[in-house]
Amino acid sequence: MSESATIPVVRLEHIARAYRTGSVTIPAIKDISLEIAPRVFSVIIGPSGSGKTTLLNMIGCIDVPDTGRVEIRGEDVLRLSDNALADFRARTIGYVFQSFNLIPVLSAFENVEYPLLLLNVPADERRRRTLAMLEAVGLAEQANQRPNELSGGQKQRVAIARALVKEPALVLADEPTANLDSVTGQAITTLMRQMQERSHTSFIFCTHDPRLMAEADQTFSIRDGMLV
Amino acid sequence: MLFRLAIRNISRNRRRSIMTASLVAVGTLALLLFGGFTTNIFAALETGLVQGGGHLTVYRSGYFLFGPGNPAAYGIDDYQTVMRDFGDDPMLKGMINVITPTQSVVGIAGNFTGDTSASKTFFGLGVVGTAKERMRQWNEHGVGQPYVPDDRLNDPDASRGLIGRGVARMLGLCGQLQVPNCPVPERIAPPAGNAPPLDPGLADLAHAEQGDRPAAGAAPRIDLLSATAGGAPNIVGLEVAGVKTQPVKELDDNFVAMPLALAQQLVYGRGEHKVTGIVLQLRRTEDVPAARARLLALIAERHLPLEVRDFRELNPFFVQVVALFSVIFLFLALIMVMIVLFAVVNTMTMNVVERTPEIGTIRALGERRGTIRRLFLAEGAVLGALGATFGVVLAFIAIALINHGGFHWTPPGNTDPIPFQLAWPTRPALLLGTWLGLVLAATLATLPPANRAARSRIVDALRHV
Repeated sequence: MSESATIPVVRLEHIARAYRTGSVTIPAIKDISLEIAPRVFSVIIGPSGSGKTTLLNMIGCIDVPDTGRVEIRGEDVLRLSDNALADFRARTIGYVFQSFNLIPVLSAFENVEYPLLLLNVPADERRRRTLAMLEAVGLAEQANQRPNELSGGQKQRVAIARALVKEPALVLADEPTANLDSVTGQAITTLMRQMQERSHTSFIFCTHDPRLMAEADQTFSIRDGMLV
Repeated sequence: MLFRLAIRNISRNRRRSIMTASLVAVGTLALLLFGGFTTNIFAALETGLVQGGGHLTVYRSGYFLFGPGNPAAYGIDDYQTVMRDFGDDPMLKGMINVITPTQSVVGIAGNFTGDTSASKTFFGLGVVGTAKERMRQWNEHGVGQPYVPDDRLNDPDASRGLIGRGVARMLGLCGQLQVPNCPVPERIAPPAGNAPPLDPGLADLAHAEQGDRPAAGAAPRIDLLSATAGGAPNIVGLEVAGVKTQPVKELDDNFVAMPLALAQQLVYGRGEHKVTGIVLQLRRTEDVPAARARLLALIAERHLPLEVRDFRELNPFFVQVVALFSVIFLFLALIMVMIVLFAVVNTMTMNVVERTPEIGTIRALGERRGTIRRLFLAEGAVLGALGATFGVVLAFIAIALINHGGFHWTPPGNTDPIPFQLAWPTRPALLLGTWLGLVLAATLATLPPANRAARSRIVDALRHV
């Protein structure tokens, strides 16, 4: 077994995060420590406002804790420069945002291709992988359509394809199946499982979807900023 | 991808982008029109000066500072040999269009015919009529009115000349010369009995001059009185062939042009005939520095007591006009740049605010801050380039319309209206300078909002509504 296969894909040590609004400080995360092994399907569950998204943001290196240590694939990300952290995100992490966050001026194809551009993947390979991923999420025929020409479910599938196309080590998703019908939701879940097998990708979801919870290898329950 | 995104983002809010690009286009249009206008003014002024006085004038050393008050003392010895040397020089030969001598003379002009008795100081110029006509045909820049021959100084009669309208008015010649818009003075009786007696020599000269007084209806004659090189007074008669209005009143009130031989007769009498200047008109103005350097080299080689002045030194008014219009252009450019800056800052700030979640998304995907900054700068540059290019097209259309509109005006330094023309803004300094300047202004104006976008925190940007 290789070393990377044994290093936890995520290790959080005593992280805390509070938001300040004027003179009011609202703690979002209070002293959370956790480890997630590679190739694991994890879900974070909890009521609204419990700190799920904040936790996901810190794992995804788009927010930093006030205290504590964040390691992703053994890399202490808090010590990386801003540019190095951006490159790290481009290489290692895929996102599926709750509200899709597709780039409106790009077609479905270009949205999915975007992460490969950041990795300087050659044009031919970029095209092949992008089309394959659109095929996998059932949107090959919508490749040239812009987000405003797609339905909510189609947008979500483009967002998922965008997160998966670079075969990252870690995919983070906030309610990824919320806008999908049960058949598509199942197809997406199956696709993620295949990715997990093929690319050793780890998945961390925030979800309320019982079907997704049922697929999980590991579940973290969070309440009032603490794991319970 | 950067420019593809920039162009698509610009087309996202089409109306706003069109308004901003239109402002850049208006700025470009204004600068190119004014640039074309000033280029034409400079060309018209230069053409007028070079047609009248050539590009370079060789004087006896010291003439430029002291000579005009006493031209007779600053004559160039053996000027024909000097002219031949200059004209035959292999290097100068290819540059020179006309080389001709001139003689300046100052004195008093008087009209004492019939019951008229008027006199005034004059500044006269003796010229070679044929050379003067060739100089008038010079038009390197193709501006102004087409050449109209004027042979009034080419008459075989070496005593015919021209005077300024002011001289004609003050000497009471407007009626005889039928000068339009030139008032004739009321008769004022001279004081009786107490006029000082005329110097006997001068009286003889005047009498001799009056001996060939023309018959009624012929061209009027005036007397020109000056001091010779030896200091003695001298008088010649000048048959006034017509009026040549000068652009500046002071000059118009003193101007007398006459054949070179007459001016030499007035200044040098029976002595050696010299000239005060050797005028060189070049084929191209850009040859002035080279021609001047060559002239100075020849002068030094031959140890001649001569100096060389170019038309800019002789006409500080030209330099002042160029400086004035250049400063006005600079102010206009500054105003246009400010308008573009504010317009683009406003537009791009709105773009950044509207696209904040999108900025958060692409940052989360792994774009660096620098790329975000470059993306917005590219949008500003594309917006500026579109506007400036449109402005260039508009300027060419506007100039074509204006130049074919049949408008006329009298620019500074001219006496007659000329077609109102704008030069095509093809000078690289004007065309590229304006285009690049405004594109650069639009790009720089994007910097503050671009920095704001690049500095935003990803989670804050993603949450932005």
